[in-house]
Amino acid sequence: MKNKGQDVYMISGGVTKFTKASPEADFRLRTKKAFDYALNDAGMTLKDIDGSVASYFSDHFQRQLMSGIMAQDYLGLTPKPSKRVEGGGATGGLSFQAGVEEVASGRMNTCVVYGFETMSHVNTWKGNEFIALASDTNFDYPIGGFYTGYYAMMATRHMHEFGTTVEQLAKVSVKNHGNALHNPYAQSPMKITVEDVRKSPMVSYPLTRLDVCAMSDGAAVAILANEEKAFELCDNPVLIKGIGTGTDTMRLSDRPHGKVILLPNETEADYKNLKYPGIHSFRAGRSAAKEAYQSAGITDPLEELDIVELHDAYTSSEIQTYEDLGLCKYGEGGHFVEEGKADLKGKVAVNPSGGLLACGHPVGATGIMQAVFMFWQLQRTIKKHFKDDALQIPNAKRGLIHSHAGTGTYVTATIMEAVK
Amino acid sequence: MTINPKAKLEETQDGTVVYNFDPLIVKSHYEIDYVHSYAQDSEFFKALGRKELLGSKCKKCGYTYGTPRGHCMECGAETEWYKLPNEGKIHAFTTCYFGGEAFLNETPFHLVLVEFEGVDSLFMSRIIGVDTEDLYVGMPIRAKFRRNLKLNPTDVYFVPKA
Repeated sequence: MKNKGQDVYMISGGVTKFTKASPEADFRLRTKKAFDYALNDAGMTLKDIDGSVASYFSDHFQRQLMSGIMAQDYLGLTPKPSKRVEGGGATGGLSFQAGVEEVASGRMNTCVVYGFETMSHVNTWKGNEFIALASDTNFDYPIGGFYTGYYAMMATRHMHEFGTTVEQLAKVSVKNHGNALHNPYAQSPMKITVEDVRKSPMVSYPLTRLDVCAMSDGAAVAILANEEKAFELCDNPVLIKGIGTGTDTMRLSDRPHGKVILLPNETEADYKNLKYPGIHSFRAGRSAAKEAYQSAGITDPLEELDIVELHDAYTSSEIQTYEDLGLCKYGEGGHFVEEGKADLKGKVAVNPSGGLLACGHPVGATGIMQAVFMFWQLQRTIKKHFKDDALQIPNAKRGLIHSHAGTGTYVTATIMEAVK
Repeated sequence: MTINPKAKLEETQDGTVVYNFDPLIVKSHYEIDYVHSYAQDSEFFKALGRKELLGSKCKKCGYTYGTPRGHCMECGAETEWYKLPNEGKIHAFTTCYFGGEAFLNETPFHLVLVEFEGVDSLFMSRIIGVDTEDLYVGMPIRAKFRRNLKLNPTDVYFVPKA
């Protein structure tokens, strides 16, 4: 980055348990619960917060506009500065980075980023319709607008291009649902087999019900601070080492077929015959990773990252994302999961929390949830917050969180680093 | 001026649908008709009535689009309309067994991304006359057009090439 500004640290976090429907609390109360957890954990009060960023995706789900200010109001943060950030599935990641920018710029010493979504006020099929409205409504939505369908086409192309198999996709589901057995915040922890995944109802070929994440109600909160405040308020803060963001065309049909954007550990010779990104890869994910690695000084991601929490809305997108992030070469993603490299005790733990597949995906909260779980991992406080240390990656030093919007239109990558 | 301390709201019989009492969950209905302009994309939809598939071509750099757009994403220049061939190949495919509420009664249906010879980008459409097992990347397919237009992109669809 040309100007990184002040160093920014995460100093506390909170998450509500994600559920299919929690009608006993609205988005304000859910956010308040996550916020209070974060404040209490750091021994902070409202007066320690300089301002905020509100993270939520859709006004349609509740037919409530300006939910951001309603949360700000309920949390007791008025009249402090705040704004809403929205970018589809990447809303959480973009909001988190907006919070980082508020502190890095020197405008705020502390900033709270709160994310929420209430998806249970409409049935699943109406919810799918709302999500599909986040595709081009002239050309794509009227064809049978369905996001799983769009990702399924990307998956069939990935399979064609690289020989990826449905069993490899299923392995992602087995891994992530299995990890979540030890995460009390997860919506759908499950001990399942590759066969269970393939036998579950087909949603959009080749993706079955267990290849796809669920809709959720949930909230998550991250508190950020500059160096001085971080060490004053928290005895174990986590450094935000670098951020990156990429974008791509809204329509899959517009994606170019050009040259691979290379990471430091790759050469042009690696991809002589690959037309990029086509629809098999996420150029925005690669761009985000490249910027984040550059700002964090990472040249060999697989060796330098201990944990990755990535946006696995579909099993296929987790495999595609290993490649975008340079954890393996393009085309090797299927083998990467098959060989156990993404397992809890693998080369790099990918989605030790269970990811979106098992934790659920209350859109605006999701990217913040990743930040909170990564924060606890790097603080090595998983046992304290999960009441179970099975998921704690020992000696975790550096992690990457990755947030992703519809078909890879906005993607964020953020590098977090333990200081203790 | 009217000061009426006995004013009373008129009672109605419409009530509300209640799903649950604790917490109280009620039905809230909403519907809307939009006045949707296709704006600079209008010509594409009009051409479907002539059984023509229109893409666009950049006037400056010559990049060709299988789905039209008014300005070029490569160089920013204005594009012109460009007649696409009625035949192409499957670039990627899927079969949707579920979908958004508006399309649930049409499931299962197949979605394809179509590539055209010599055209730089793709086109999303439906294909009929095939089962999932018949679909493969590279399959030659042909565009067909509705006679009675809906004036949306489903006026064109694809079938396997004979």
